[in-house]
Amino acid sequence: MTTDRRSFLRLMGVGGVGASLAACGTQPAGYGSASSAGATAQTLAKGKGRRVVVVGGGYGGTIAAKYIRMLDKTIEVVLIEPNRQFVSCPFSNLYIGGLLPDLSTLTIGYEKLAANHGITMVHDTVTAVDAAKKTVTVSSGTIDYDRLVLSPGVDFRAEELEGYDLASTPLVMPHAWKAGAQTMLLRKQLVEMPDGGTVVITVPLAPFRCPPGPYERASMIAMYLKQHKPKSKLIMLDANPDIVSKAGLFRKGWKKHYDGMIQYRGAQKVTAVNAKNRSVFIEGMEEVKGDVVNVIPPQRAGNIARTAGLIGPDKSWCPIDGTTFESTIQKSIHVIGDACVAGAMPKSGYSANSEAKVCATNIVALMNGKETTEMSGINTCYSYLSAKEAVSVAGVYAVKEGKIIAVPNSGGVSPDLSEVEAVYASSWLRNILTEMST
Amino acid sequence: MKQKSLSRRLGAGMLLAGAWMMSAVANAAPPNAAMLANACAGCHGTGGGSAGPAMPSLAGQSKEAIVVAMKKFKSGERPSSIMGRLAKGYSDADFDTMGDFFSKQKLHPTQQTLDAARVAKGAALQEANCSRCHLEDGREGKDDTPAMASQWLPYMQMQMALYLSDKRKMPEKMAEKVKPLSVDDLEALLHFYASVK
Repeated sequence: MTTDRRSFLRLMGVGGVGASLAACGTQPAGYGSASSAGATAQTLAKGKGRRVVVVGGGYGGTIAAKYIRMLDKTIEVVLIEPNRQFVSCPFSNLYIGGLLPDLSTLTIGYEKLAANHGITMVHDTVTAVDAAKKTVTVSSGTIDYDRLVLSPGVDFRAEELEGYDLASTPLVMPHAWKAGAQTMLLRKQLVEMPDGGTVVITVPLAPFRCPPGPYERASMIAMYLKQHKPKSKLIMLDANPDIVSKAGLFRKGWKKHYDGMIQYRGAQKVTAVNAKNRSVFIEGMEEVKGDVVNVIPPQRAGNIARTAGLIGPDKSWCPIDGTTFESTIQKSIHVIGDACVAGAMPKSGYSANSEAKVCATNIVALMNGKETTEMSGINTCYSYLSAKEAVSVAGVYAVKEGKIIAVPNSGGVSPDLSEVEAVYASSWLRNILTEMST
Repeated sequence: MKQKSLSRRLGAGMLLAGAWMMSAVANAAPPNAAMLANACAGCHGTGGGSAGPAMPSLAGQSKEAIVVAMKKFKSGERPSSIMGRLAKGYSDADFDTMGDFFSKQKLHPTQQTLDAARVAKGAALQEANCSRCHLEDGREGKDDTPAMASQWLPYMQMQMALYLSDKRKMPEKMAEKVKPLSVDDLEALLHFYASVK
């Protein structure tokens, strides 16, 4: 796509859904009406061409959009994402701990991705999905699709935390489980906390986004406290019986670097919060107060997946076919990333990247009446334990009888904490964010 | 009430889904080259062109170089942090397929800050010592010799450190050539390879 198109898109802004799509040079006939309707277009008719709409511009959605276009330029791809920039959750704990001065290295835009691959960006929020009519609703109208990919990430099951208000509680007790303002707030609270203060991190029952994330966060916060506020302590209240991921390595790292600083308590399910007191209640009984309280609420698939009626019997996540990532509940809607139940694959950024490629490959096959291809996927995930040391977990995945399984005798965690893994970790970030943004 | 109608809807949906899903599963072909290789791209870049200086570009490597490297990762003969664990998830036939994919991708030009004096010195050293296996200024390699052209300097330095500490075994002919060279010479060589477009 040309600079002309980019500047034109910029000129049209958010309101110009119809016009910006009309500005995309590759779409087939049938766009005239959208074009003439201009910025006030109420409905974005699809015409005779084929279109995939991707909802969510994170680790999954960007890659699905890109690979569909790489595989078949005759399929139009519309990527809908409310934000102009994406801030990565992976590595945001390093900022919280003070290893990164700001979030700039974790932030990417969509312009290059859209221009390089001819993806139509719509910066808006999807409020409804009509699976029968095959349309999604955004603030400026509706957009038709032939196939829909949802990569909405997670939202919170606030109803399981008494006293938790989705709008106001995170402003006092940040979750920092979606990167950006929340990440900065948690960091700010840590910096402002006096020495001798108490930090509380609460962890929900698995499954949740990024299984090792809470424990990496504990490591990074302990690192900061040890250096700047050594009289402080960190209490971790984990609803799970034990550390969910890389347990042995985290325990080893905590002993090596932060001995006595992290008080880890397993099987401590937080069921209520009191924002006024900055306190949480374990099973509604014991109250634990903190100066900085990082409540990571229980999670489910992003709201739009619920609105679209894609949630399975577990009432939280979206069941999918392990080959195509097509919802087993609604035809022609695919769900990737944290929101879906991808068998043995963890809810990680790399999983979402890998799932997106499998999904893209098979969407293109299905839309062209071709045979689908069995999935082959990878997860790689690094966690920092200290300023210089990291650990990793890796997995290779295949499909067996429709279910995604870990390939036997492969994958696993690092043998030990290591500096070289920290070096690889930073290249991991560079590569995966570059893949998403170019 | 709401709950009930939701579950009824879910149930009906899943019954319907069951039928068309079965056929999709039954028709799926085994993973092909792109399916296998795309999974690597999160760390090695789209099409194997790496943007992360510690991860090598795989684009433009020969099939043989990829296959031999993956086999050595799998057996543990070549030291690694994560690659050994990943390689164990694939068969030799998978390695062939991946190797085929990456060998067909164009060499990935990297933008790196390099020392011009070292590049010049390295060029002469390469010609005299390495050019019988690292062909075309490292754009190609004899047999399973990897392509070095435009490869990331930090990645090559990390591998050279493994060679020099005997953690990674040098091919005999390479060992003969490397031994007489100083650390400065080796650094110059790597700067040269990194500079080749």
